[in-house]
Amino acid sequence: MKVELRKQRFTPWQEIERRQTLMQKDGQFGAVVSFIGNMRDSNEGDNVSAMALEHYPGMTEQHLEKICKQAEEKWDLMEVLVIHRVGDIEIGEAIVLVAVWSAHRAAAFEACRFIMEDLKSRAPFWKQETLEEGKRWVEKNTPGQS
Amino acid sequence: MTIKVKYFASLQESFGRAEESVELENDITTVAELWQRLTGKDSGLPDNVLTAINMEYVKADARIKDGDEVAFFPPVTGG
Repeated sequence: MKVELRKQRFTPWQEIERRQTLMQKDGQFGAVVSFIGNMRDSNEGDNVSAMALEHYPGMTEQHLEKICKQAEEKWDLMEVLVIHRVGDIEIGEAIVLVAVWSAHRAAAFEACRFIMEDLKSRAPFWKQETLEEGKRWVEKNTPGQS
Repeated sequence: MTIKVKYFASLQESFGRAEESVELENDITTVAELWQRLTGKDSGLPDNVLTAINMEYVKADARIKDGDEVAFFPPVTGG
């Protein structure tokens, strides 16, 4: 399991490839599921020009590790990777990457969804958007389940 | 007892500080009571204020002990 907070921009595809090389389990995993969240240029009908992500140093990492551990206990997984940005973020950049490796797709799909939904609703991060009129804290996340 | 209190995001702005050390009388024992003391209001902990003690989520009736780090923050918006 690998959980990381990043101040700099990252390329999710490279991170997935790097992790997959490092874990050395070629031939064992049959499924890789990833979720990538990116910064949009609008929210709630307003143009957004920039964003800053605040977090609770210590608790955020601890909470993410706890979620990943729960997923590993619930499903048969070979590896879990979570990378989340903190600090200033530009339009189009990746904010979050969750990737899960397992033997079969069911565990990978479900575990990735589980981690992402808990991250969205419980991990201590706060977004502040820059609009034309000034800055605004995002009050709540959109629901993930239809 | 002495505890450390932290505020995040919009709450940090409304309190005007990120953290502080707070000296507590013995009759303040829960997170909700601490919130009342810090805000000076009798109303309980609002639904849109989340709390953690020593970096673990807790409910309003969680008890505080000497040396704890208590955090107050708005609903989270990561991902």
